[in-house]
Amino acid sequence: MKYMMLIYSDESVWTEEERANCMAESVALTHDLNARGQFISASPLHYVNTATSVRVRDGKTLITDGPFAETREQLGGYYIVDVANLDEALEIASRIPGARKGTVEVRPIFELDNLPIANQ
Amino acid sequence: MLNQIETLYRRESRRVFATLVRLLRDFDRAEDALQEAFAAAMQQWPVEGLPKNPRAWLVSTARFKAIDRLRRDARMDSLEDLVEEPPAPPEKEQETIVDDQLRLIFTCCHPALASELQIALTLREICGLTTEAIAKAFLVAPATMAQRLVRGKAKIRLAGIPYEVPGQKQLPERLDAVLTVIYLVFNEGYHTSSGDRLHRPDLAEEAIRLGRLLLELLPHPEVRGLLALMLLHHARRATRTSADGDLLLLEEQDRSLWDQALIREGQALVESALATRPVGRFGVQAAIAALHAEAPTADATDWPQIGALYDVLLRLTPSPIVELNRAVAVAMRDGPEAGLALVDGLLARGELQQYHLAHAAKADMHRRLGQFEAARESYEHALALAQQEVEKRFLQKRLEEIDAQLA
Repeated sequence: MKYMMLIYSDESVWTEEERANCMAESVALTHDLNARGQFISASPLHYVNTATSVRVRDGKTLITDGPFAETREQLGGYYIVDVANLDEALEIASRIPGARKGTVEVRPIFELDNLPIANQ
Repeated sequence: MLNQIETLYRRESRRVFATLVRLLRDFDRAEDALQEAFAAAMQQWPVEGLPKNPRAWLVSTARFKAIDRLRRDARMDSLEDLVEEPPAPPEKEQETIVDDQLRLIFTCCHPALASELQIALTLREICGLTTEAIAKAFLVAPATMAQRLVRGKAKIRLAGIPYEVPGQKQLPERLDAVLTVIYLVFNEGYHTSSGDRLHRPDLAEEAIRLGRLLLELLPHPEVRGLLALMLLHHARRATRTSADGDLLLLEEQDRSLWDQALIREGQALVESALATRPVGRFGVQAAIAALHAEAPTADATDWPQIGALYDVLLRLTPSPIVELNRAVAVAMRDGPEAGLALVDGLLARGELQQYHLAHAAKADMHRRLGQFEAARESYEHALALAQQEVEKRFLQKRLEEIDAQLA
């Protein structure tokens, strides 16, 4: 079963050093997951001040600076994994460094048959 | 024959269900298969006679019916999900049944499910209560409860909650959730939230049965503590109400009617549970219950010890209700003024304003002090908040006694 892990945290609570460590630990985790055949995809995201939001209403495209919602905790990165069940997904989520300062939301992926496979 | 099948249904259907959930990986499929298997039994057994192993017959038949149904629904992909399994040898069968039920309870009590859903699912899927009965216990409309259960089962399916007993690492936390649910089930049987009868014995016994099952597979001190607590409460079931169905306080109960065998079993479990450090909340609550149960008369109750245990419990699980129970113990140990000071403080903080037992406790302390006007006021407040008929009658009676004093 595939799960997406959405990593939310308050950007202001990380020091530069903590963020660098988090990054390194997260990369190591992806390699560990890959070795077990559980890794599909993962990435950090740039800070939320780089976000742009798009809405199309009545045929008009509205572009605004910033994330979809102004919340204290913001999306900072994601993992997509393939595991046997929710417990395995939750165990991985608990190892994501972001979980120590923020929240990792674990969502089952709705599998569709007719999606393309990305060209490598 | 139909009588035998009915008895079998009452005794076995949820156990068979647990096995089917493991085999079929789906609650609804398991439920459908179970019903179809029993329908088949009702047709075939009167003709062919009772099978040598009815449970195995039911599981096997249910599995075939489920496969048939999947083929009919053209769900070929789901057929692969079905666990391929040779029938268990008779010696292992009992173990498997126990394991399957434990798997089911750990699944129903998974932390990914909201806690009120955990108890609803446990009552529905393990105890076999109807949705209507569960709705009544939660004071919601049956349609609301039905929807809640449907969404819960959908989450189990879609989010991939496994039908497994957790591994050693997760077990302590997951176990606490299970113990909480079992205790809530027991309390529901011991003391319904509303309605006329003070307790539904079969729910309490169901909870005890679950506790025993859990202890067999998991000899953990808190499981002992929970089982002890339930047994010690259950030992007094014959005396909770009078012949007229009126509420009897601990001090009014005929202790000769208490089930000494259950008390002894409870005491042994408490000793064992408290022998391990750190002590847990169920162990401490059980120790308090044991002290009540071993007092030959109400006057002989070891209130200082009980007070001390409440201090420990308060450190483990700080809550206004534990504080209230401690206040009652303090009143018995140090006199009503001491208890009243604590209860008034609690009520002033606001959390227990809507809790009828807080006002009832306050009223009782005023009464013991001869402060009848104050007692009256608090009894009325308690009566206005009480939901159970039996409790309301008790409070009404107290009010009449107070009025007699004031006259």
